[in-house]
Amino acid sequence: MSLRNISTVMRRELIGYFATPVAYVFIVIFLMMSSAFTFYLGGFYEREIADLEPFFRFHPWLYLFLVPAVGMRLWAEERKSGTVELLLTLPLTITEAVVGKFVAAWLFIGLALALTFPIWITVNMLGNPDNGVIVAAYIGSWLMAGGMLAISEALSAVTRNQVVAFIISVVVCFGFLLSGLPMVLDLFRGWMPQVLLDGVANLSFLVHFNSISRGVIDLRDLVYFALVIGFWLTANRIVLELKKAD
Amino acid sequence: MVLEQQPAKKENGQMLAARNLTRRFGNLLAVDDISFEVEPGTVLGFLGPNGAGKSTTMKMLTGFLSPSSGTAEVFGHDIRSDSVAARRLIGYLPEGAPLYGELTVSQLLDFIADARGFSGAERDRRIADAAARLELAGVMQQTVETLSKGFKRRVGLAQAILHDPPVLILDEPTDGLDPNQKQQVRHLIREMAPDKIIVISTHILEEVDALCSRAMIIANGRLLADDTPAGLLTRSRYHNAVTLHVDDPERAASRLGRLEEAREVEVRNARVTVFPSEHGNLFQAVSRVIEEEGWTVQQLQYEPGRLDEVFRSITREEAA
Repeated sequence: MSLRNISTVMRRELIGYFATPVAYVFIVIFLMMSSAFTFYLGGFYEREIADLEPFFRFHPWLYLFLVPAVGMRLWAEERKSGTVELLLTLPLTITEAVVGKFVAAWLFIGLALALTFPIWITVNMLGNPDNGVIVAAYIGSWLMAGGMLAISEALSAVTRNQVVAFIISVVVCFGFLLSGLPMVLDLFRGWMPQVLLDGVANLSFLVHFNSISRGVIDLRDLVYFALVIGFWLTANRIVLELKKAD
Repeated sequence: MVLEQQPAKKENGQMLAARNLTRRFGNLLAVDDISFEVEPGTVLGFLGPNGAGKSTTMKMLTGFLSPSSGTAEVFGHDIRSDSVAARRLIGYLPEGAPLYGELTVSQLLDFIADARGFSGAERDRRIADAAARLELAGVMQQTVETLSKGFKRRVGLAQAILHDPPVLILDEPTDGLDPNQKQQVRHLIREMAPDKIIVISTHILEEVDALCSRAMIIANGRLLADDTPAGLLTRSRYHNAVTLHVDDPERAASRLGRLEEAREVEVRNARVTVFPSEHGNLFQAVSRVIEEEGWTVQQLQYEPGRLDEVFRSITREEAA
């Protein structure tokens, strides 16, 4: 894997985002919705607590729709327009292309997330929040976005239809989000041994995100997100290898 | 990390070779056991009906599509096991010249130059050079999706030749171009031909005649003919025939049919075509007869052979 090649793919991708309305629409919608959730559903003022819990609490649900919207085009569009043939006959490996696209989209989501900084300033003006917890929650939020993005990118290589890619990605991300909740666990309870059941519960984005956003960056949570991203990027590479020319 | 194109090792054989290339899509045998070798200085034309397997073969030569069996080698680099090194030596224009529509021409060529490992002044020089050869200077700041079909094709060609590759694989390079642009692209290909291996696919027969030093006819995934354009012409039943336009074609036909140099005579729309036998020089014999008989001839034509007829007979035989 060459960093130079990854960065070449990444820059091409980022230029593409900002050459089209995709980037601006995404950023504006993300900022509007995250604020609306914080103030109306989260009761930011009414709680009279100086923290960003009402802000971060809704990130998983926001990402559930917005991250697949970013991820759906990554390969589906390349395959539909045929540019995948241009990209993959350049002297790059498939892994470099997959990683380059992932990094571009992840940085882009990171930018949107960073642009929520006014709410951090606000909470500091209103009280004395624990800024360590807030930093941890930002990191956790970005890692969770990365996990969902890796899922969405891999699934966008499965089809050349972006809408199909979007819907499948939302469903799979939803499963990963909720796997710690009874709704998913009840599917497995009773016939699956407890060890595996705990395993399924541990796959949940929510469990790990919540644990980081309480302010404790546990190595296990970091390893979890790294494994999820690594697994789905590998799956992406394999799917692409099989489907690129269909 | 390799930044510059590696010079090919001489001992590996400077050639592009297909070795029993085969590709199946489900039950469909798209490419059926195609083998060939091409040396630098050759412009090889793939000729064939639509869906014959030309593009599929090219996709395998460039490493985009894995063969179901067989392989290809580019200057000794196996396209399956040593794919990146092989791709470094290839410039490729995919079918339909797909490009990132949202980028400007300049951004697109920047990307290709980066991906090809160029940087700094070298990179700028390569981009300027490719843009100049395809006359893109006026559209560098336009987004690709706003360009005409002809310009898009030229951008596609510019990205393919940017790294001055020893092997160029161009899938229908002149498709969608107007006659002047076609001429321009052919000129470019001819200019690069002497030291490169250039493979083009086309269904325009005149292109083969105008450009190629070697032609392959492919139909139903099979390689049916591999010859020089002149060699293909000798397979035509019109090869060395003589066609003339006279006032009384029937009488001329019966007179010419008696020549020992003539095998057969055909009359069509006041034109008489005489096909050669094994003996003597037909054209001279026909000229002699015209002089002896004092015919008024409006047109007299020597036929080198008709490529379209060769193409039809070869690909139809296959279909039958």
